[in-house]
Amino acid sequence: MQKRDTDYLNKEAAAIRQGIVEAIGVDKKGHLGGSMSSADIVAALYFYKMRHWPQEPENPARDRFIFSKGHSVLAQYAALARCGYFAWESLPTVKQLGSFLQGHPEKDRTPGIEANTGSLGQGLSLGLGMVLGGRLDSLDYKVYVIVGDAELAEGQIWEAATAAAFYKASNLVAIVDHNKLQASGVIKDMYDVGNPAEKFAAFGWRVLEIDGHNMDEILDALDAADEPNEQPLAIVAHTVKGKGVSFAEGVPSFHNGAMDQGQYDSALQEIAERRGE
Amino acid sequence: MTLTQQKACPRETYGRALLAAARQDQRVVALDADLSGSTMSCLVRQEFPERFFEMGIAEQNMVAVGAGLSLTGKIPFVHSFSMFVTGRAFEQVRQSVALPKANVKLVGSSYGFSDFGDGATHQSLEDAAIMRSIPNMTVLIPGDPKEVEAAVALALAIEGPVYIRISRSEMAFLPVSSTADSALAPVVVADGTDVAVVANGIMVERALQAKALLANEGVSLKVINVPSLKPLHGAALLELVQGCRGVVTAEEHTVMGGLGSAVLEVMAAQPLPLEMVGVQDCFGQSAWSHEELLQHYGLTSEAIAEKARLLARR
Repeated sequence: MQKRDTDYLNKEAAAIRQGIVEAIGVDKKGHLGGSMSSADIVAALYFYKMRHWPQEPENPARDRFIFSKGHSVLAQYAALARCGYFAWESLPTVKQLGSFLQGHPEKDRTPGIEANTGSLGQGLSLGLGMVLGGRLDSLDYKVYVIVGDAELAEGQIWEAATAAAFYKASNLVAIVDHNKLQASGVIKDMYDVGNPAEKFAAFGWRVLEIDGHNMDEILDALDAADEPNEQPLAIVAHTVKGKGVSFAEGVPSFHNGAMDQGQYDSALQEIAERRGE
Repeated sequence: MTLTQQKACPRETYGRALLAAARQDQRVVALDADLSGSTMSCLVRQEFPERFFEMGIAEQNMVAVGAGLSLTGKIPFVHSFSMFVTGRAFEQVRQSVALPKANVKLVGSSYGFSDFGDGATHQSLEDAAIMRSIPNMTVLIPGDPKEVEAAVALALAIEGPVYIRISRSEMAFLPVSSTADSALAPVVVADGTDVAVVANGIMVERALQAKALLANEGVSLKVINVPSLKPLHGAALLELVQGCRGVVTAEEHTVMGGLGSAVLEVMAAQPLPLEMVGVQDCFGQSAWSHEELLQHYGLTSEAIAEKARLLARR
């Protein structure tokens, strides 16, 4: 764990947002919206909460982070680059033929990526497997899994939620990026998945609800996962899709949209202001 | 060449082999979806309860949890009936196991018609084709109980995804079995000169019976057992069928995408004609015995002999 310094962490979150924009580039489609909504949580994980060693990405004692909503991996790529897992300059190669940065995370290709995800619904199960493996090895690492709110429509999420409660997987932390939008529109209008907090509670999980862009609330929730308990923890983080880039905030088309040169420049400008540059 | 009368139940052989592997290697863990009494993973549950994970009737989660366990260095053996572990959880196998080359062993029990009473829902005639189509996947279909043990040993030796197909019915011990050391390469079970029968699973025994049927008709069958569907060891197989007038494939599986298709793929440039014995693009149904279904769907020594006669006459 690293020092609790919300100013520093907010700046790292802004750096992650800059990396997301740079990774997408101009006139190319990229998953801007969901990457932006997760950015503050990802910053809190990599720069505050998780024990991890960029020079030893396979250290068995490391905490693990799985982006089950793998399309938002741009936020993770930016965080990994900031941590030194690979060069920041690689970010614009995302999705380029032969790049080690794929459109969805692949463990074999990218240092620091823990699992192959993005076919939605599978990350929580993968995380549970890692927790059970750690238990057999008497390792107390935690596994943090960010799932999307629309992803909660996948039945496998609830298979995993049942199994995690049954196995008392208290080292498993599910973080719901509850940005209220799905690829095709507003969740409430398109396919309402109900109340995530109530659902996880009904499946036997501890549940916290936070503002997923308030760094203090994020840190408090992540710290709460360390309290001795027999239940896995679900953190329902209320977020804004596209957060940090005004023209994309709450706009469904920026789930996987392209920015023109003007939008690209204005996005970087807005983020730079937030970083205090 | 004579078939011994000695038989064994392959899933029991499998369960003992898995238990032996668990005793030998602490990394071995077993997962099951409420069928551990059928798949025989229950033997691990009894001796190593902390290394057995009952995952409930939730195969998709089970396969992905297995992948997660493998990412911590464990060697998970993930069990269900063939249809469910390959079909219900296909996409989890593809994304979470095969794509990252996760060291997960998928064990599909009660393949083909061997779960005769339960009918088409539980019978598995497509699983080998499904698994064969996925990159990074090894597909093993043992021809006798010794090869069941060899398949478990080979699966442990391979660092990556493996699918093992296990029958519910008794299997005879073959006079010659392939070995883990050879990576379950094709093996000649009975030599012959006219027509090669390339078979896997329970159909190897039937091929030997076909050879006996044809012995006094002057048609000599060479019976080749191919327990590794993928990799097929195609070059070795081509060498073994050289000199024959044709090839008959025999499998307890649909002819679309299974052993027959795989052999055809490697023989495409060969002048040898090929005939297939297998299930003809249809679902199964319930019956009182496995044998009834094998007869009904034409998976018999007579069917192999008939195809071989055709090729011998050409």
